[in-house]
Amino acid sequence: MISKLFQFKGGIRVPHYKDISNQESVTPAKIPSRLVLPLHQHIGEAAEPCVNIGDQVLKGQKIANANGYVSAPIHAPTSGIIEDIGDYPIAHPSGMSALCIVIQPDGKDQWAELESRAKDYTSIDPSHLRNIIRRAGIVGLGGAGFPTFIKHNPGPNGSVDTLIINGSECEPYITCDDALMRERADEIVCGILIIKHALNAKRVVIAVEDNKPEAFQSIKKALDEFDEKTIEAVQIPTLYPAGSEKQLIYTITGKEVPKNSLPIHISVVCQNVGTTAAVYRAIHHGEPLISRYVTITGDIGQPKNLEVLFGTPIEELVEQCGGVKGTVRRLIVGGPMMGFAMHQLNLPVIKTTNCVLIDAESSKVFREREFAMPCIRCGSCADACPIGLVPQQLYWHSKAQEFDKAQDYHLYDCIECGCCDYVCPSKIPLVQYYRFAKAEIWKREQETQKADTARQRHEFKQFRVEREKAEKAEKHRQKKAALEAKTNAKKDDTKDGVKDDKSDPKKAAILAAMERAKAKKAEAKTKPQNTDNLTDAQKHLIEKIDARRTERRAAESKLPAGKEDERRSERREAESSRETPNKDPKE
Amino acid sequence: MSLYTPSSPHFHANNSVSQIMLKVVYALIPGILLYVGIFGFGVIINLLIAIITALSCEALMLKLRKRAIMPFLTDGSALITAVLLALSIPSIAPWWVIFIGTAFSIIIAKHLYGGLGYNLFNPAMVGYAMLLISFPLQMTTWPLPVTINDNYLGIIDSFLIAFSTPSATELAIDSISGATPLDYLKSQLSLEKTIPEITGLSALYGVLGGTGYEWINLLFLAGGIWLMKKHIISWHIPTAILGSLIAISSVFYFYDSDFFTSPLFHVFTGATIIGAFFIATDPVSAATTARGKIIFGIGIGLLIFVIRTWGGYPDAIAFAVLLMNMCAPTIDYYTKPKPYGHQ
Repeated sequence: MISKLFQFKGGIRVPHYKDISNQESVTPAKIPSRLVLPLHQHIGEAAEPCVNIGDQVLKGQKIANANGYVSAPIHAPTSGIIEDIGDYPIAHPSGMSALCIVIQPDGKDQWAELESRAKDYTSIDPSHLRNIIRRAGIVGLGGAGFPTFIKHNPGPNGSVDTLIINGSECEPYITCDDALMRERADEIVCGILIIKHALNAKRVVIAVEDNKPEAFQSIKKALDEFDEKTIEAVQIPTLYPAGSEKQLIYTITGKEVPKNSLPIHISVVCQNVGTTAAVYRAIHHGEPLISRYVTITGDIGQPKNLEVLFGTPIEELVEQCGGVKGTVRRLIVGGPMMGFAMHQLNLPVIKTTNCVLIDAESSKVFREREFAMPCIRCGSCADACPIGLVPQQLYWHSKAQEFDKAQDYHLYDCIECGCCDYVCPSKIPLVQYYRFAKAEIWKREQETQKADTARQRHEFKQFRVEREKAEKAEKHRQKKAALEAKTNAKKDDTKDGVKDDKSDPKKAAILAAMERAKAKKAEAKTKPQNTDNLTDAQKHLIEKIDARRTERRAAESKLPAGKEDERRSERREAESSRETPNKDPKE
Repeated sequence: MSLYTPSSPHFHANNSVSQIMLKVVYALIPGILLYVGIFGFGVIINLLIAIITALSCEALMLKLRKRAIMPFLTDGSALITAVLLALSIPSIAPWWVIFIGTAFSIIIAKHLYGGLGYNLFNPAMVGYAMLLISFPLQMTTWPLPVTINDNYLGIIDSFLIAFSTPSATELAIDSISGATPLDYLKSQLSLEKTIPEITGLSALYGVLGGTGYEWINLLFLAGGIWLMKKHIISWHIPTAILGSLIAISSVFYFYDSDFFTSPLFHVFTGATIIGAFFIATDPVSAATTARGKIIFGIGIGLLIFVIRTWGGYPDAIAFAVLLMNMCAPTIDYYTKPKPYGHQ
């Protein structure tokens, strides 16, 4: 069955350079003398260490807990001792360091007790499957590193229309997915079946770019072996960036993911082949994610794919592949189109590291940035843009720091794929300008937010000072009034002397009432009562009870009054704080 | 030691501004060679004067503006301005016409607007318009094709015509020059003759358009199509210009073919082809969005017809292009493409 494919806008043909690294079969990389595991290997919150320095850990043992929903735990890639928990350089373009757990391997590579293996995944509830995947620390291995279990939620409908397995691997040089599809197609197919079950997917497509015929055949063969007819294997045209999620979804379904939305909003889930294989290993073998295929390529002795434990230093991998040919000029983590150039080689491989690309000074493929000519508005960039933006206008406004206009031209829709930059005849570092503009807008927004908070605080302080002043004045006034009233009363007393009680009808009524009460009391005393003939012990008891009662009454009468005061002051505070933010600053 | 850490992407297509510009010049070469064959060697002298003037002015302006000289001098943009302007000036014009026009193009129309990439108007057309208004006699004295005129102008003749004083060359020029097909048509139409009468009797008119010009234009067309195939220019602007010109001229032609020329004549006479493929497609001053380019091209096509038919000048490419250059930024603004995921 050949499904209809859709051609996304733009895109570019780039030289592949894939042959240089996909000739050999994949071998495991050597276990290094120390593994440095950053706690932040995924999108979301960094994991939190759950081991201490000096602890003995086993392979696959959890060493850091997921911190919150969008996060992933980290497991020990091999057995050994926790040597340190501290800041180490990580593969981040800024060259910064971050908190890492360092393991000194003991060489035994001894497995911890793993999760129970699932014999039949179809009998497992999808939510339980998600939990296993979550506990295994699986994140998207295509590059972004989004925690996988979140994607495996079919949403309120209980099913998704299309599950796309991404085996397109459109970036030049990278062949780790290619190698995985060639060598572990059966694992990928099993993984697909599990994800299909978890998502209750109606249609499942695995997409492979047509420059990887061996990988495609391998997948086809595995599907035949499983006699699996519900999964379509599709070859898509090789055109960068065909493997980008948005573009791939369009190619397969003809639907565009609306802006500011996720694929799930159009009932599509996209998953990388590597992630799919990891899901298989977690469900069928109970193994957490501790290693991955990494392409080691570029100007090195023997470019190839290695199965690398997370935390392995890139430097050692390069050495294992024959070392750098000449002097290293730049290290790219990722592909040449979207990868990041790093400051040094001694950086650990993490979950999202798919490729290590070495550029030596002798390289003819990579060059240092040339002199940038002015934009001649040739429009090649607009033709190449897979999003359909107008890169030359974005550049123009970013350069002029007219950021509102840049946003008018949808700056934030830019995926930084680098197509415009690649084709630019003027050699303008376009993507760099967009990154600059985005960062600058972000910074300014934060600054305005800060300024707003500061302004609000200042206004509240002013308001509070005023209020206190007013309250003080009010109290003062009341006191004064009370004092005056007292002195006035005294003056009255001295002036008129004691008034005749009987002349006032009110007072006369009160007096009469008091008389009546007295008479009643006297009458009561004469009547026989059940307390008349009490024993001494009984009397004593009554006295005691009375004492307690009065005590409690006194306490009760105090308490509510205090509470009332508290409540009143709270209300006053709430009102004042509600007023301040709405206050016009001009007032 | 810190490694080199530029922003991605880390590698680039093997192209450059000068490659683009040079290809445009290459695409003009076949037409230029035939031009020499039909109208004499004068056009080569024009080209040389224009190129030398353009590069000198470019270097001078870059120096004055304190810019890097070599990258801009070799980018080929001044070269194209020179070539296009030289082809627009009669091949028997005196040297100073070409010099003034080219200098004006480079200094005023290009560098005073900010140099490469910043000029609002097509520099060659600004130079041409200035010359046409300032020196109408020199700018409208065109040689006759060799098929009509037996005096073929060789290197020496052309050199003399370009650099001698006007009085010395006046006679010679009279014998070799004549009205262009568009000129002649305009003047004859004003004498209340019908088009079949005019074109049927004069040797100025060939199969497609003007004698001689039609074949040169065919070669320019071939060059333009080659540029499209090489993705140097997109199909939008040329197609829109030719399409709209053909459409509007067809309407009038079928309404009254005695007073309105055929669409074919419009396309293959005058500077339509070179204008559509080489002048209007100058990326700096044209619209850049796909829809914008089509609107830009339609505007030029319609203006060509209107100016040729009812305007005061026989040909109209320069004015049509300049008028639409003015509209390009606005057209671009209102024809932004819809990005992925936007409704």
